[in-house]
Amino acid sequence: MGAAHGHRLHFHAHSPLHRAPAHLKVAALVTFMLVVVATPHAWVPAFVAYAVVLAALVALSGVPVGYLARRMVVETPVLVFAALLPFVATGPEVDVLGIGLSEPGLVAAGGLMTKATLGVLGSLLLAATTEPRDLLAGLERLRVPSQLVQIMGFMVRYLDVVTDELRRMRTARESRGFTARDPRHWPVVARSAGALFIRSFERGERVHLAMIARGYDGSARQGARP
Amino acid sequence: MHVPDGFLDAPTSIATAGVAAVAVTIALRGARREVDDRIAPLAGLVATFVFATQMLNFPVAGGTSGHLMGGALAAVLVGPYTGLLCLTVVLAVQSLLFADGGITALGTNVVLMGVVTVVVGYLVFRAAQLVLPKRLSMVAPAAALGALVSVVLAAATFVGLYVVGGAVPIPLDTLLTAMVGVHVLIGIGEAVITFLVVASIVAVRPDLVHGARRVLDVRPLETRVSA
Repeated sequence: MGAAHGHRLHFHAHSPLHRAPAHLKVAALVTFMLVVVATPHAWVPAFVAYAVVLAALVALSGVPVGYLARRMVVETPVLVFAALLPFVATGPEVDVLGIGLSEPGLVAAGGLMTKATLGVLGSLLLAATTEPRDLLAGLERLRVPSQLVQIMGFMVRYLDVVTDELRRMRTARESRGFTARDPRHWPVVARSAGALFIRSFERGERVHLAMIARGYDGSARQGARP
Repeated sequence: MHVPDGFLDAPTSIATAGVAAVAVTIALRGARREVDDRIAPLAGLVATFVFATQMLNFPVAGGTSGHLMGGALAAVLVGPYTGLLCLTVVLAVQSLLFADGGITALGTNVVLMGVVTVVVGYLVFRAAQLVLPKRLSMVAPAAALGALVSVVLAAATFVGLYVVGGAVPIPLDTLLTAMVGVHVLIGIGEAVITFLVVASIVAVRPDLVHGARRVLDVRPLETRVSA
């Protein structure tokens, strides 16, 4: 991983939020979200306050609102699910445009949408202001087992390599005139996944040998940071 | 779909996080036996593979498509302990770097899509292996069965968690029928894809598939001296 590359969600800037230590940011996000999740649905003013806090942090971070808004699409399935709740939940019904909707369902859908949106925005802000390398160091400081952090480090490091490999395979398939359209094409796509596993596994073995050649003894040692 | 923040109440989220932490601790010990000191690079690359295959779209019909969850697949390919570590790391990275799945629901997601799918997938796979003929060609069908059962049981576990800590009053039987019904379909898709992927790997490199080790013929190196 080139140190300056970052990842897809990272937004390069120099705000106080970017400079804040990653372990504090992760701990703050988890605490904040636990408070949000524990808040009863009916406490609307509290949710307004949470939104104001997040909005202030977004303003402080200097990450453009449009940049975050575009990446909120990850929340779509949750919103679809929340929209279904008033139709399936039980309880007293209210008439909305002539359709009987469950009142607790409506309240719960509103609450779920609000909480999930706050969660996605908070996580996006963390991802946008934190380099993966700092995030990993932060997790290590938060006493996440070092082996787990190491595995995560390898995943983050090779994410682009492996997804690029997958993309090249698709390009290769399509340049041969193949596009997957229905389940009859699954065997071809699955064979790509199989090939990807073999390549990933073998890359893992090569990386391990290269690490041994450089004196790796199974323990994580923080190298000199550039 | 990953469980978002606010779907289950705070005590349930914390409790599942505790369960997930215990499971990961056990997996960290067990993974040493599966891949010795190669664990960090190998599990890391396999986690990346799981992440990438979740991006691989399998077209269903009318423009919709599904993707693999990969719990049973990872368990069969690299063993249950390493598989669980891979799934955990994938879910953590998705939550922290891609805002997919709530951060307070990370424990829930690890329990549902990591622990349940990997453990159930592997147990069903091993059970099927005991019943089916001990042949290399039977590895993929056994893995497919594991995938199907793992997805359905993960959905049922979700309903169970929902009964304990759900935030919306949905009648239990409706929820159970809907979730299990939908996930039987998803599970069939998962089973077919798992079958195809495992079969394609077993055809080329059976030595890499953890679940195939017991049925792989040992072919010792023979040295012959010609007169």
